[in-house]
Order: sequence, then C-alpha cells, then structure tokens
Amino acid sequence: MEQILILVGVSTLQTLLMVFFSTLFAILIGFPLGVLLNTTNQYGITPRPVFNSILSRIIDVLRSFPFVILMIVLLPFTRLMLGTAIGTTATIIPLSIAAAPFVARITETALNEVDPGIVQAARAMGSTNWQIIYKVLVPEAMPSVVSGITLTIINLISYSAMAGTLGGGGLGDLAIRYGYQRFRTGVMTAAVIVIIIMVAAIQFAGTRLTNKMLSKR
Amino acid sequence: MRIKLENLKKYYDSIHAVDDISLDIPENTIFGIIGKSGAGKSSLVRLMSLLEAPDSGAVWYGERRVDNLPKDELIACRRKIGMIFQNFNLFSSRNAGKNVAYPLEICGMPKAQIKERVTEMLKLVGLEDRENAPISTLSGGQKQRVAIARALATQPDILYCDEATSALDPNTTQSILALIREIQKKMNLTVVMITHQMEVVRDACEYVAVVEDGKVVEQGKVKDIFANPKTKTTRDFIKNVLNDKEMVKWSDQTGKFHLHFTGKTPEKPLLSTIAKKFNVEFNIFAAGISHLPDEDVGYMNADIMGSDEEVSKVIAWLEENSVHVRKEQE
Repeated sequence: MEQILILVGVSTLQTLLMVFFSTLFAILIGFPLGVLLNTTNQYGITPRPVFNSILSRIIDVLRSFPFVILMIVLLPFTRLMLGTAIGTTATIIPLSIAAAPFVARITETALNEVDPGIVQAARAMGSTNWQIIYKVLVPEAMPSVVSGITLTIINLISYSAMAGTLGGGGLGDLAIRYGYQRFRTGVMTAAVIVIIIMVAAIQFAGTRLTNKMLSKR
Repeated sequence: MRIKLENLKKYYDSIHAVDDISLDIPENTIFGIIGKSGAGKSSLVRLMSLLEAPDSGAVWYGERRVDNLPKDELIACRRKIGMIFQNFNLFSSRNAGKNVAYPLEICGMPKAQIKERVTEMLKLVGLEDRENAPISTLSGGQKQRVAIARALATQPDILYCDEATSALDPNTTQSILALIREIQKKMNLTVVMITHQMEVVRDACEYVAVVEDGKVVEQGKVKDIFANPKTKTTRDFIKNVLNDKEMVKWSDQTGKFHLHFTGKTPEKPLLSTIAKKFNVEFNIFAAGISHLPDEDVGYMNADIMGSDEEVSKVIAWLEENSVHVRKEQE
C-alpha cells in the first residue's frame, strides 16, 4: 500500500510538472500566434492575407498530426534541444508543440468574437494597433481565452499519459506499466482516480475564473 | 473646427458609396447629415472621421488637409476627434470610468490627471455616481452618456455621432439630444450627426445635408429646409416627422397646395388678409406646426378656389410674405 502511494505520488508530481511547463510553453508560443492569426486576417486590424493563409496552413498541419507520431518525429529535435529525448523534461517539448497550435486557434477564435464595433471605436479614438491588441482585443476576449486554456490543460493531461510511454513517467505511464502490463489493478485504479480528480479540479477552477471575469462585466 | 469636404469619392466593388460629395461644415454648430439606409452616410462619416481614406477628394480640418496623413500623424489627429455610435461600442472589459479613461490612457496622460478628468466627464454627462458600474448594468441612455463622456474626454474640437440615437427610445433620444446640444455650446464643438431620423435633425441641428445615392441632394439651414424642401427625398423625410403628431387633418382628401410658413409668418393673419384682398376662397385640409430649436415652421395643405388669375396673384402675394407655396403634382 505504501509502495502504491509512493508510486502514485511520484507519478502525480511528474504529470503536474509535464502539464505545467507544457501549458506554459504552449501559451507562450500559441497565444502570440493566435493574436497574429486574428490581426492579419481579412477583417483584422492589419490584414495580411498571404501571411495569414501560410501561418494558418502550418498550424493546421501541426494540429492534424496524431500526437504519438508527432512525438516520434520530434525526437531528434528534442535531443538537439536538451541532449536527451527521454525522461519527464524531454516530453515537455513534444507536448508544448502539440498544444501550441491548439492554443493559437483558441486565441484566434476568441479574438474573432470581439465586436468589430468596439475595435472601430478604439481605432477612431486614435489607438495604435499595439494598443488595440493589448488594451482592447485581449481584455475583451479574456474569458473565452481562459476557458479555452482550461480545455488545453485537460488535453495536455491526456497527452501526457501518452508521452509517458516514451519514458516520460507520470500517471499514464504508471497505469500502463504497473497496472496493465504487470496486472496490478490497484495501481491502475489509483492512477486513473488521480487523473479524474486532476481534470475535475482544473475544469472547476477554469470555469470559476471565467465566470468571475464575466460577472464583472 | 471647420470641416471641409472636397469632391469626396469612395467606391466599394464599383458601388459609388460616396459619389462626389463636397460640404462646408462651419465650426461651433450642429450639422446633420440625413439619408436613408444605404444612402452612403455611414461611408461618408468613415471618411470624415479618418477611419478610411477616400479614393479621391480631400478632407480639411480648419486649414489642415487630413485625408492623406502618414500613420503617426493620422493617429495623433484621430485623438483630437470624438465619435459615438449607434451600438455605443463601449469596452465590456472595463467599467464606466475605465471606458472614459481609455482615450486618455492611450495618449499617455498621468494617472492622477486621468482620474480627475474621468470624474469631471462623468459629472458632465450626469453619471458621477456610476463610475465603477459594469457596462452591462447601464441602460441604453446611460451607455450612450458614457460613450459621450469617453468621446469628449480628450477635449476634442469635433464630435461625430453615427446614428447615435437610433437604438434609443423617443424619450431617451430627446435627453441625449438635449445633452449633446448643451455640451456643444459648453465646449464650442463642431458636431456632425449622421442619422436617418428627421426628428433628430429638427430637434438638434442647425444645418442639414440630405444624402441620397452617395450624393448631397439638398443642404442648408434646417429651418430653411423645413420651410422649403426642394427634393422629394427631403419632403418624404419631413412628411414622416409631421405625420407623427404635428399635422392636424380635417379630411382624408388633400388639397392642391402646400403652404410653408416660416420665421414670423405663423403669427400674421395672412389668410384673412387674403380673403379681404383677393377674390378667392380657402378650403383647408390639414395644418400643423414643427417646433425647431429656435424657430417654428407652419404647414398647411389647402385648395385655393377662384379664377386662375386671382389664384396666381394670391400665390405671388404669399411668396412675398415669405410663405412658400408648392403645387401638388398630379
């Protein structure tokens, strides 16, 4: 029993580590790309149709890769960046790259939903494009962005279970290696329960934060 | 500030949204631009407010040509004009006070000064107690007041109102128009009001330009346009206001003549003078008065019965006494 607790505890920490850093990097890469997608589209504040469609295609290609394959394709890149392609830290790279295009699309959609009249008003008052982005578009879209990022985190929890099979550790890895391959149902059950609690907690926090922002409007 | 438009043209996919419009808008006044939807008035206001560049022609603010400015000067110039909209276009992520603060923030005013100005502006529009109110808790009229405070926070010379009262009920419309009139006087603003409602022009504007198919078909002082509308579009607009409640009808029939009394004429006993002076009789079908801000205009629909010669003498006499007579087209 004690052994199960230690196993599950270590794996939980590994999962949290993977999810936290990959979410962070996915936002750092994906959010600016989402803003670019919105501002350069036909109705955006600085339309750049050619650039927009190229960026859009790249993001679509990345998004359509099944995660397992993306992980393998990125092995050499991960090795180049970190000197190793296995272990918890190493899985953060494929996880971030898988989630970044998702964050980009979520951000783009949230920004597209901002009333064009509001943007027109900001422009008429003499805002620079940069001011429109950080003082108008992003704050107006923030509740949708937050609920989208909640979804991303939950996706990353399930992706991290897959990344575990490449030696990343974490709850998914634990469930498969101990629970499935060694027939230790107790370990598997414990791992799955922790994942369920994690997902529920994040969804709860995300919804609460979104609602809190909306209630101030 | 005086606004001058010279031969403005703007096409959208070969449609003449603005087709050779020239206007001279004097400073320190309220100037109405009225047109039906699709007449090109929204495109026109986008050109005037520097949101879009015209395909040809020029926009002048005072002595300065502003339609072809480089980007940074364009942004600086936009900061000196205010604009309000039909849908208010307030930032839902900011409360009332923060909305008013926005135009001040973007031009880098120090925080303490912003706070002071926000309080001052909200007081000006009668919402001093709603500074921290989220936008969704405000009524339509209050939202437009916040929008006015925001538009005027930088103390601009020009205020554009793009269908600013079209989403409001009649009473709120009146209170917003009264507020705009009051602020116009207080701040010596040049206000340009884009609208499709003749009531707005009648109740708030000194001058009006009537726009149709991207062209100005008629323009002048509001009282002159009301007294003597020259085009059918203008007459239709005026008719819409009159049918409201101001015209009293005695029968469903209409007479052959439309009489428009201007200036001091409504106070003179013109008809009884005519009855004594000329050998004609009147049959009045409908009559009414439009109250403009500083003058009333009277209307009458009547038949003038008598010999053709006497009737034309009567018409000439009426015109001499500044009553405009228009014969109904059969």
